[in-house]
Amino acid sequence: MVHGEAWTIKELFVYPNEYIYWSIQIVMYPFMTGLVAGAFVLSSLYHVFGVKQLKEIARFSLVFSLALLPVAMMPLLLHLQQPQRGIYVMMTPHFTSAIAAFGIVFTTYGLIVISEIWFVYRRFIVETVLELRAKQNRCNVESVRLVLYSLLAMGAMDLSPEALHKDERAVGILAGIGIPVACFLHGYAGFIFGSVKANALWMTPLMPVIFICSAVVSGVALCIVTYIVTMEIRKLVSAWKRKNNPRLLSSDELRSAEIQTVTLTSKYLLMFMVLAITLELLDLIFRNYTAVKSWDILRSVIYEKDFFKIFVLQYGFGNVLPFIIFLLPGLTIRRALVGALLVLMGVFMMRWNVVIGGQAFSASFSGFMEYRLPIWPNSLETLKEGLFGALAVIITPFVLFFLVTRVLPVFGVEDTH
Amino acid sequence: MMNRREFCKTTMIVAGGLVIPLAALEVFNPKRLLAEKSGDDKGNVRWVFLVDIHKCVGCGFCVNACKVENEVPYDANVTRTWVERYVVTKDGQTSIDSPKGARDGFTTQKIDQGHLGDKEIDPASIAKAFFVPKLCNQCDNPACVQVCPVGATYQTGDGIVLVDRSWCIGCGYCVMGCPYGVRFFHPVYHVAEKCNFCYHRITKGMKPACVDACPFGARKIGNIRDPEDPVTRIITSEQVNVLKEEFGTKPQVFYLGLSREVK
Amino acid sequence: MKNHVWRPLLIVLVVVCGILMTRVLVVPDDFGVYERGYMYGWHRKSNEAEWKSVRVKYKTARICAGCHKEKHDEIIKSVHASISCENCHGPNYDHPEDPLGMNIDRSRKLCIRCHAYLPYKGTLRGGIPGIDPEKHYPSAECVLCHIPHNPKAMNQKREAKS
Repeated sequence: MVHGEAWTIKELFVYPNEYIYWSIQIVMYPFMTGLVAGAFVLSSLYHVFGVKQLKEIARFSLVFSLALLPVAMMPLLLHLQQPQRGIYVMMTPHFTSAIAAFGIVFTTYGLIVISEIWFVYRRFIVETVLELRAKQNRCNVESVRLVLYSLLAMGAMDLSPEALHKDERAVGILAGIGIPVACFLHGYAGFIFGSVKANALWMTPLMPVIFICSAVVSGVALCIVTYIVTMEIRKLVSAWKRKNNPRLLSSDELRSAEIQTVTLTSKYLLMFMVLAITLELLDLIFRNYTAVKSWDILRSVIYEKDFFKIFVLQYGFGNVLPFIIFLLPGLTIRRALVGALLVLMGVFMMRWNVVIGGQAFSASFSGFMEYRLPIWPNSLETLKEGLFGALAVIITPFVLFFLVTRVLPVFGVEDTH
Repeated sequence: MMNRREFCKTTMIVAGGLVIPLAALEVFNPKRLLAEKSGDDKGNVRWVFLVDIHKCVGCGFCVNACKVENEVPYDANVTRTWVERYVVTKDGQTSIDSPKGARDGFTTQKIDQGHLGDKEIDPASIAKAFFVPKLCNQCDNPACVQVCPVGATYQTGDGIVLVDRSWCIGCGYCVMGCPYGVRFFHPVYHVAEKCNFCYHRITKGMKPACVDACPFGARKIGNIRDPEDPVTRIITSEQVNVLKEEFGTKPQVFYLGLSREVK
Repeated sequence: MKNHVWRPLLIVLVVVCGILMTRVLVVPDDFGVYERGYMYGWHRKSNEAEWKSVRVKYKTARICAGCHKEKHDEIIKSVHASISCENCHGPNYDHPEDPLGMNIDRSRKLCIRCHAYLPYKGTLRGGIPGIDPEKHYPSAECVLCHIPHNPKAMNQKREAKS
């Protein structure tokens, strides 16, 4: 079967070779890179602009952006027809293509995140090494940990105040460079779509900006969700531990810290959301007003075929509803969680409506294509580019986050700062 | 006496110092990057195609021959070339179809509307009807080549856009970048696939398989750099048109009798 | 390195060197910028030869006429003269060595490509003698009555007339 035939339904006149070639994984790709970029920007708010109240979530989101990093690439590899050749993007880059820079931008960004984390955690790493070295009888696990942390320390064992101060400055600088690179990483995903002149829906110079704004929105929302979830777990754990050790923080104290962080973070969320919606509406109004050749078919896609997905799911449940949830006074943890989850769904639908919506009509402007997400895989293709492939992409960052935090704990660690 | 750390350091500097200039120069050699051919040293061949819409009867022999000649699986619903049917009724409605790319020709009056089924058109209401063969335009500014991230698709000196099957990563960006819907994924090789004017034939002095298969002379190939070429003469002296000029791709498949309904 | 701050740069250097070294190993020698410049001509040169060496399947009627002169001379007088032999007889490949015989398509499907009537007045197709494939002897092969090499009505096979 031809690639794309399994999930494409044609209506009226569609060119014979046209199918929905960019399917669910290409929806996942900007969604996941958006989360990476957003999480990083959130952590930079603390490191660069010194928003002190975000200290708690800053370290958290930085580590989370590390966990998300490999996952930004995963959907691309699942999408490629020849994934084993993916490395050719670095081997013979053709820079006239928007995709060619991906390898370089992605690697640069990854190195920045890893370096920043190294500086943030250096004190912790060195202290762990010293502590383990001091131990007389190390068990096997401890020996392995010693080797691991010694490697991570890269021989930089200096913990003098000057050295720690240097760490701090390095973090600031890296976070500073990181913001434009993160924006570039994601804005560039928008450029990949915005520069396809053959696609009437995608081609707009606003696309990169829209992508960056919604990236920050989704990244912040995800950090809020994960933060709340981990805090709930911590509360349970601390309640259990306090039975033995009453000096630990009480769950009430944790809760007040939690709601403070969440309220502040949600302010940034709303700010970027206003920006994202403004740009998206500007784009829609502009297309409506200028009504060029492609408008006839776009109108029937936007207002008829995809009406529910765009105006109900994306704008209604994904934007308006969370707005109300966050703006009503007396924000509670539970409400914040619901709001953030809705925002995530809204951004996901926005990616869907761009990627799939852009292929919902034929380049002949005389027909439509409908996308049916393959649920149950009956071939490698429908496994990779179906529900299960998408779920794998969604689950992986959480697994990675769990693994990373085994080595670099997010909470209860003395910062280099 | 060199300690371990110094040894590592030195080794790395030496290795890096050797490799970086070697490899980096290869990527960033400005002379090669600027080696854009200027107008003077153009080759003497630039393939172009001429389609006469008046002559096409929609028999689909071209599609049939193309699939066999270029080893595109016969029953796969993709094709390097195809024929579209346009039926314009007196009320101004245009109905278009191309069942299976017209591999078996047009043998019924019903218009194929995809999952909506077939549409009957009252013969008395037909104002005009015609067939339009489509194939790769081998554009002078091929958008599909511009967007290939790895240099797996490219244009030869004589103007044909080819795909390197051993280098294509299958990202589909070229498929998206082509405004004409010419590209697809080969069902066997799983890489981008497209019409190349039967490059293996035209470089041997033969004509593309579709041109040879057409009983009505609706398809012709020529060399636009040869002023004596009959195709060049028609293109320069008669009223020809191209598809979707607004994309700035400078398509090199010319049409005689192209109507405004053609998409 | 005195200052530990530069230590992550080592990793960066290792990564960059790694990529550049793989490049030297993986990229074919003839990969480069050719006639159409970096934008359109960035490719592996030997791929052009690979495309040129694709096997030619359709050898055209000129090759057929080399051996089957009498058939060729006969059909050249008919209204079907413009139809290439290989359209019905199949691609020549390296006939008569490979394949030994041709696989002739005698199906209705082949004939109705042109001869299914379409009511498009004033067009070439509308002028071709056509039938309604669903009504005109739907279960019979056309070649039972019609001679494709000389399809004029009076040349219909005698069996059909009787």
